[in-house]
Amino acid sequence: MGQQDNKKQTLYDKLWEDHLVKSRDDGTALIYIDRHLIHEVTSPQAFEGLRLAGRKPWRTDSVVATPDHNVPSDAAERAGGIAGIQDEVSRIQVQTLDENCKDFGIVEFGINDPGQGIVHVIGPETGATLPGMTVVCGDSHTSTHGALGALAHGIGTSEVEHVMATQCLIQKKMKNMLVRVDGELGPGVTAKDVVLAIIGKIGTAGGTGYAIEFGGEVIRGLSMEGRMTVCNMAIEGGARAGMVAVDQVTLDYVKDKPYAPKGDQWDMAVANWSRLHSDDGAHFDAIVELRGEEIEPQVSWGTSPEMVAPISALVPDPAAENDATRKAGIERALEYMGLTAGQKITDINLDRVFIGSCTNSRIEDLRAAAAVAKGHKKAESVKQVLVVPGSQSVKAQAEKEGLDQVFLEAGFEWREPSCSMCLAMNADKLGPGEHCASTSNRNFEGRQGYGGRTHLVSPSMAAAAAIAGHFVDVREMQKEAV
Amino acid sequence: MKAFTQHKGVAAPMDRANVDTDLIIPKQFLKSIKRTGFGPNLFDELRYLDEGQPGQDCSNRPINPDFPLNHPRYQGASVLLARKNFGCGSSREHAPWALDDHGFRAVIAPSFADIFFNNCFKNGLLPIVLEEEIVEQLFQEMYAEEGYELVIDLEQQLVVKPNGETIAFEVDTFRKHCLLNGLDDIGLTLEDADDIRAYEAKRRDEAPWLFDAVK
Repeated sequence: MGQQDNKKQTLYDKLWEDHLVKSRDDGTALIYIDRHLIHEVTSPQAFEGLRLAGRKPWRTDSVVATPDHNVPSDAAERAGGIAGIQDEVSRIQVQTLDENCKDFGIVEFGINDPGQGIVHVIGPETGATLPGMTVVCGDSHTSTHGALGALAHGIGTSEVEHVMATQCLIQKKMKNMLVRVDGELGPGVTAKDVVLAIIGKIGTAGGTGYAIEFGGEVIRGLSMEGRMTVCNMAIEGGARAGMVAVDQVTLDYVKDKPYAPKGDQWDMAVANWSRLHSDDGAHFDAIVELRGEEIEPQVSWGTSPEMVAPISALVPDPAAENDATRKAGIERALEYMGLTAGQKITDINLDRVFIGSCTNSRIEDLRAAAAVAKGHKKAESVKQVLVVPGSQSVKAQAEKEGLDQVFLEAGFEWREPSCSMCLAMNADKLGPGEHCASTSNRNFEGRQGYGGRTHLVSPSMAAAAAIAGHFVDVREMQKEAV
Repeated sequence: MKAFTQHKGVAAPMDRANVDTDLIIPKQFLKSIKRTGFGPNLFDELRYLDEGQPGQDCSNRPINPDFPLNHPRYQGASVLLARKNFGCGSSREHAPWALDDHGFRAVIAPSFADIFFNNCFKNGLLPIVLEEEIVEQLFQEMYAEEGYELVIDLEQQLVVKPNGETIAFEVDTFRKHCLLNGLDDIGLTLEDADDIRAYEAKRRDEAPWLFDAVK
């Protein structure tokens, strides 16, 4: 596609160049968008804008919609479809998405459609998002799709309207960052622990202004679902986009997905995708390196994803922090979280556990949680353990494998696909002061419910915490099981 | 979009780093299908002592007396002074909508999260990046002087302090042009419709699978 042989490009450089419609004199560029995912929360005002201006979507066949944030996870409530949603404001929002999709001729996987699910779960699993694409959505966790070797990032509602009307975004090119994780992961250490360790290292603003490529032996060794977990949280490190180069793992995953190219087009696509990696010697503006064997299972203790520690660590002491802003941040976080400096992470007791979200609700996540839960019961002191599959398809697969029964026997609840307690827009939420081991992506104040206290962990760590009633090193439980 | 040329207004503090968009506007208010009306719920969990609900009349809710924006001296403030990484987290444009609806026209901070920063420009809200030491100085002067007002001149790219001292700031040419003239950038992009069609035609040949519809 017109590159010169002597030009060493990063994966991001290639994706950018492939989608460049026009460079303007003022330093901005028009970038073409291949796939636009929409959900009920950030799209209604965009449709309203189109109507007010009398505009039509440029390419309706590039848009895929599904409701996820507001839909109930409770099976009985869910069975009633949109009309059954008890929260009136939520019901109107889901209804509005339905109506807008019908009015504008957009494909929607409706509330109880077999294709419904969290937008970032259904994209890759159906092949609606593919390597080499530009993917946007009015949701910051759109970076997930970068795992396929795509340029994927979140946009605001004005940009949702802009993409619908023009199929393009006005952008400035970001800088390139390489996060390389070499070596190998120890047993019981997962993709979630890798990405939490990365954020702990670079900080929540470390990736601001960058597109991050995740590479190195550890990343190459992850499954596609693991890579999605890593890319999903790029935004928690400040980067709008995270991505992984295409390799055989990618191709094996994409092949035969319902919307993946078939026959001759598959061969043509594979030939095209084989270039989707950074050239040897390509320039990165920043390089961050971690060693896989140094990463332990992680637990966040504070109110920002960078406030994370290994399971063996102690809650940090603000007195040891020299930077005044950081010190104030730690003090405020400890107060909000009800923790004491120097307290063992393993002494944090849990009130609820949430296994789900666009970070960790795929089949491998559920298998990992079930493997830990099998044959155990949740601790008496834990009020609720929610397991919320990321899509109807994940739910069906899990039920086929009997994972739902494992969870139910352990006293966990098996729910309907939705964003659920990740951001508490449906009925699933924490009460004030409650501690939650959560496989989601944000531990901000109030995120999972007013006054709620979130601890970010991997699915296996969440299941282990549900059984023990407090955080434990899942590796110890796994050793005992052997 | 409303234009931004020059603005003079009282400065108010949001004195902590990493203010996330959940803090700016909590999730329950995102259920609205409108663009307006978010102002009373800006910083809801910090401003009030109870949990806010969508559609609720906020005038009778218990106010948090310790939250600076509730102090009489900051009433009517329209320039927000903030710390680094302001607006991190979700892509919700409800965050700039809430700031705008509350009456803020500009936010000054040492750094902003990318998506929030971009969303501000789409709504006539000007995010200004200044060096950390300069922001610190503005905080100190604001705390020392009740009614501390700043003039923000976008054309000249200057923040003017009450003593007349000026601080220059950077802004992208395109964004400045759109803000100064209140331009709708969809209209501007559609002027390049022929380029977009030409790109599509070329791309359809190279990568036809990208144009297969999801059914």
